[in-house]
Amino acid sequence: MEVLSATDQKKEAFLKGIAAACETPLSMGATQLREAAMATLESQPVPTTRSEAWKYTRVTRLIGKTWNKGEAQENATEYFVPEVNGWNIVFVNGQFDAAQSTMPDAAGLTVMTMADALKAGKLDAQWGSLTQQQSDWFEALNMAFATDGLYIHLEAKTAIDRPIYLLHLTTGDATAVVSRNFIQVEKGANLTVVQHAVSAEGTSAYVNIVNEHFVADNAQFNFEKIQDEAGEIYHHSTEWAEQTRDSRYDIRSITLQGHWVRNNLNIRVNGENCGTNLYGSYMPNGKEHIDNHTMVDHLIPHCESNEVYKGIVNDKSTAVFNGKVFVRPDAQKTNAFQQNANIVLSDDAEMYSKPELEIYADDVKCSHGSTTGQFDEEAVYYLRARGIGEQSARMLLVQAFVADVMDAISNDALRDYCLNKLQERASA
Amino acid sequence: MLKINDLHASIEDNEILRGLSLEVKPGEVHAIMGPNGSGKSTLASVLAGNEDYEVTGGSAELDGKDLLDMGTEDRAREGLFLAFQYPVEIPGVSNINFLRAALKDIREYRNLAPLSASDFLKLVKEKSALVELDGKLTNRSVNEGFSGGEKKRNEIFQMAMLEPKLAILDETDSGLDIDALKVVAHGVNTMRSPERSFIVITHYQRLLDYIVPDFVHVLYKGRIVKSGTKELALELEEKGYDWIKEEVTA
Repeated sequence: MEVLSATDQKKEAFLKGIAAACETPLSMGATQLREAAMATLESQPVPTTRSEAWKYTRVTRLIGKTWNKGEAQENATEYFVPEVNGWNIVFVNGQFDAAQSTMPDAAGLTVMTMADALKAGKLDAQWGSLTQQQSDWFEALNMAFATDGLYIHLEAKTAIDRPIYLLHLTTGDATAVVSRNFIQVEKGANLTVVQHAVSAEGTSAYVNIVNEHFVADNAQFNFEKIQDEAGEIYHHSTEWAEQTRDSRYDIRSITLQGHWVRNNLNIRVNGENCGTNLYGSYMPNGKEHIDNHTMVDHLIPHCESNEVYKGIVNDKSTAVFNGKVFVRPDAQKTNAFQQNANIVLSDDAEMYSKPELEIYADDVKCSHGSTTGQFDEEAVYYLRARGIGEQSARMLLVQAFVADVMDAISNDALRDYCLNKLQERASA
Repeated sequence: MLKINDLHASIEDNEILRGLSLEVKPGEVHAIMGPNGSGKSTLASVLAGNEDYEVTGGSAELDGKDLLDMGTEDRAREGLFLAFQYPVEIPGVSNINFLRAALKDIREYRNLAPLSASDFLKLVKEKSALVELDGKLTNRSVNEGFSGGEKKRNEIFQMAMLEPKLAILDETDSGLDIDALKVVAHGVNTMRSPERSFIVITHYQRLLDYIVPDFVHVLYKGRIVKSGTKELALELEEKGYDWIKEEVTA
């Protein structure tokens, strides 16, 4: 009999727990995808800080714990941001809550659970096609074990003004949530989806959510991702997006709070004249750990991407930003802009920022900037000299610092909510 | 209004103010001149509450209240205003929001009801016209991308909005062309009243043709070594500071 090493034993135990928590995963209905994912999980080790992609983010605690299936019942009302005016769709611990959800009734728009979509044969060859391009261990975990999620399809030339507001509520102790969304915006269509992850103080959980987004020719898709989880949540969030010609893909990743957060955002810009906007903001306090890894892959000429991530890092917390931009040999006339700016508020806080530009075309405009500094105390003094209290002065400056990210949020109520939360945190 | 007595202050263990005394009565305009490094800007900073400076002795009172004991914001709320020599650029904070926040905090401190939105905008319109500040500038981020002259006019605009008891102008005229200087001086002169006092710190007599002071003081090595009327400024302009230095060392 083969003897397992301590590391492999831990991996086995972790996977066993996840498998028990996610008894009937979606992948049961997709043999090939399941087999490929299981093969990755088995053949690859769990990532450690020895690998570049996980250098600053440890998964030891997350792997060392046994996670269970959570209860499916909890009132979600209080967690919604008021006045977003969307179609509210609730998942509690990864399970769809029909009673608390309002399914959209707009022509051309299909919204259903992933389980139903799979049964209805709607998850065609595109499902899993993006995530499989890179055999990431945790993405494989999601493919193998995701129990459900939201399927959204918008027909060509349909513009939907009202956002779909997906709320992920996590509750309980040592709860496992593995969820997967699939969103397809067809030619010339226009859609906004809000994904809001929440949990109450005292909750502990592992949450792994993968999104696949397909944005067709001349379509526009806005994805507003808000993470605001209290308690001890290990939150793993991945978006894979592919856009084709003349389309626009805008994503905002706002982490208001989170014990341990890892965001992977991967965008394949696979058509001419695409616009891609990635905005992010994070403000870890206490001992929180927030890691954003982004990747924009320019494959085709004449596209423009614009990335702005802003962080305020406080107390003993850590933030990580890693921004990859690929400009492939064919992608001439690419305009790629990236900015990561950080304010570190305490001596014990840590910020790791790493722009990575790999440019293989020769007629492109690419720029990046990474700054990490302290509060501008001269500005605080100037404001105080006009009678503004020190706390208000700092809040004004926080607002100013994150303004470009906040202003990019497509929904006013959501923007105001995020800004207020960030300001509250800055002055706490 | 303002009583400074034997004020000592230092920065990084360098004593800059060495026993400065000055009294300013309501409605008076005092000009402070002096060679470079004499302590003029330090005086302004210390009065405004810049924490880079350490006060090592003496006192400063505004209407009988101990200024040195107050935080920067409370000095402003009590009615002290400093027009900065180098106004700070604050990207992302609009001039308007900044002034709204300032007026709100000041009025709250003085137990006054907040201004209505329309009264506030009326005030902005009236006061920005006073210093011929373009409406667009009032909506832009504080001082960001402003020319030197626009920054200085913005300081006077803020002063007009906040209506202080005592305004200190720290080299507001430096680097201004004659037209901008006239605009700034007009703003200040319009604000002059029997209840409001000014301390005008300057290198150049030219400003004092437009803002006519009641008293002129010469600051040298951290103390006021000579005081006079506006004629003293003309004499300084003509003769420089060497004769004063000689008088002091003699």
